[in-house]
Amino acid sequence: MTPDRLRLLVPVMALAALLAGVFYMQPRAASYNGLNLLLNLAVPIALATIAQMLIMAVNDLDLSMGAFVSFVACVTATYLKDAPALGLLILAASVVIYAGLGVIIHLRNLPAIVVTLGMSFVWTGLAVLILPAPGGSSPDWLRGLMTVKPPLVPMAIVASVLIALVAHLLVMRSTLGVRIRALGGNARTVARSGTSVIATRAAAYALAAVFAILAGMALVGLTTSADANIALRYTLLSIAGVILGGGEFIGGRVSPIGAVIGALTLTLAGSFLSFLRISPDWQIGAQGAILILVLALRLLFNRLEARR
Amino acid sequence: MKLLNRPWAWSFLAAALVWLATVWVTRGAASGGLTEAALTFAAFSVLVGIGQMFVITLGPGNIDLSVPATMTLAGTLALKLMDGAPGMVIPGLLVTLGVGIAVGLANYALIKALRIPPIIATLSMSFIIQSIAIWSNRGIRIKPPASLAEFSTSSTLAVPNVALVALAVSIAAWVLLNRTVYGRQVAAIGQSLPAARMAGVPVDGVRLATYVLCATLAALAGFLLSCFSGGAALNMGNEYLLMSIAVVVIGGSAVAGGDSNVPGIWGAGLFMFLIVSMLNTYQFQAGYRLILTGLIIIAVILLASGRKGGRP
Repeated sequence: MTPDRLRLLVPVMALAALLAGVFYMQPRAASYNGLNLLLNLAVPIALATIAQMLIMAVNDLDLSMGAFVSFVACVTATYLKDAPALGLLILAASVVIYAGLGVIIHLRNLPAIVVTLGMSFVWTGLAVLILPAPGGSSPDWLRGLMTVKPPLVPMAIVASVLIALVAHLLVMRSTLGVRIRALGGNARTVARSGTSVIATRAAAYALAAVFAILAGMALVGLTTSADANIALRYTLLSIAGVILGGGEFIGGRVSPIGAVIGALTLTLAGSFLSFLRISPDWQIGAQGAILILVLALRLLFNRLEARR
Repeated sequence: MKLLNRPWAWSFLAAALVWLATVWVTRGAASGGLTEAALTFAAFSVLVGIGQMFVITLGPGNIDLSVPATMTLAGTLALKLMDGAPGMVIPGLLVTLGVGIAVGLANYALIKALRIPPIIATLSMSFIIQSIAIWSNRGIRIKPPASLAEFSTSSTLAVPNVALVALAVSIAAWVLLNRTVYGRQVAAIGQSLPAARMAGVPVDGVRLATYVLCATLAALAGFLLSCFSGGAALNMGNEYLLMSIAVVVIGGSAVAGGDSNVPGIWGAGLFMFLIVSMLNTYQFQAGYRLILTGLIIIAVILLASGRKGGRP
């Protein structure tokens, strides 16, 4: 097995173990509707995780992910429903802003953590201006898309597979994806190869914005309304998802398929605990424990790999 | 000007400008109250900021995301133990320090044992700490002992007591960073980990001590904050995650580590509070206030980086 495949094995095992646990506790969950209910909130998280992964691929970190997804949710639940053209324009502008952030961060050699930290205030502020109180509603086509019932396999799983596939092709197979990961691995090599480092970073940021926008839209499609704080926890969840799925903070080492699996695992962890009748007090703690457990397993695997 | 070459001068300059802009609008009517409030709230940011600064000084990738959870847990447990009894102040403080040391040790144990980046170790840890705080708190708000509430909300010689505590901690931190072997070792590790190791710096010991120091300061800040605000709340640490990082960077410490300074944290802490109160004074809507806060943070970072850009 290649090291990359081996790396994917731990998150896959973690997800399988959790699923088995859930099915054992609650056999009725192993049905079309059960699975859909368990996993449909994982779809926006998976998209946000892919977005975070793209930023992490160029050795940066986006601490405004949750605020940005919330902002998109607010735009989707208001402008995109009532004035689709204006809504699209706003979303397109936010992609341009993200690309601009990439350029500024690169040109002035700024710490991405701090710039995105500042941006998190900006996005939340904009979201509060758009929706001062929770409300709005989902565009009908979006609601329809998120609640569609494909035969045999529930939408949550179809969507997850689709997201993983598209992200995999984009990040692992396309020229742009290779350049983005190369930038994280060794920026000088990218520059020497004649590729514009600035353009590559801007592209990574813009692409991340596109996935984050999809996350916000998917979220509104599921919840049918929005508020300015709807997705704030996505910042930490998305970082945790990338790491869980085998990504690294530096070196451009990321795995889109792993990231989607990581997002699914984190979502399932919550349900698993409620099936175990563990008090909700411990839910967050258990997510932390699962994260630690998976990382411990990965270390064990790396050791075994090294010994061979 | 020599003074402006100091990395921390800019944060004080920014804080002073914002202070003037606010006082000018209120025609000086609120200058006393504003200064006192700024010193009080800056004190909390400074306490968590100093801890975070030591961690960030350790070099790229070092950051403690468990600061808010540690604050909450320390405040919750200490107030629960004291239960408003005046004689329990010392045990309460001991619990606070105990929480800090335990969290710091656990954080570094994770980093070392699992060889994971500090950001993810402290993140996972903070999930667990948060759960312990939720479990022990149960939404009940226990009042602090009267003496502590009195101490944390009053002033000595027109300076808020919490600011005096933070000042004492800052001076100790300055001495620790600049005048002790430990502080020099922290900076050395931040500048080059391999070089520090070759030079015989006990890297693991120094890093462990730094994470313990950071968690302990966070716990102390949480303890003071919960006494100041009349009880611990589960969300009381939330804004201090961003704050602890922001004050370090705006204060002129290098984000890549190895080059930090203590005074800048005070300037940045005052600046961060004054910005919000200035926007409040100008009666901006909440949304505009947030947007401006964000843009100003980014602008300050841009300015600060331009200054460094001049160097070869």
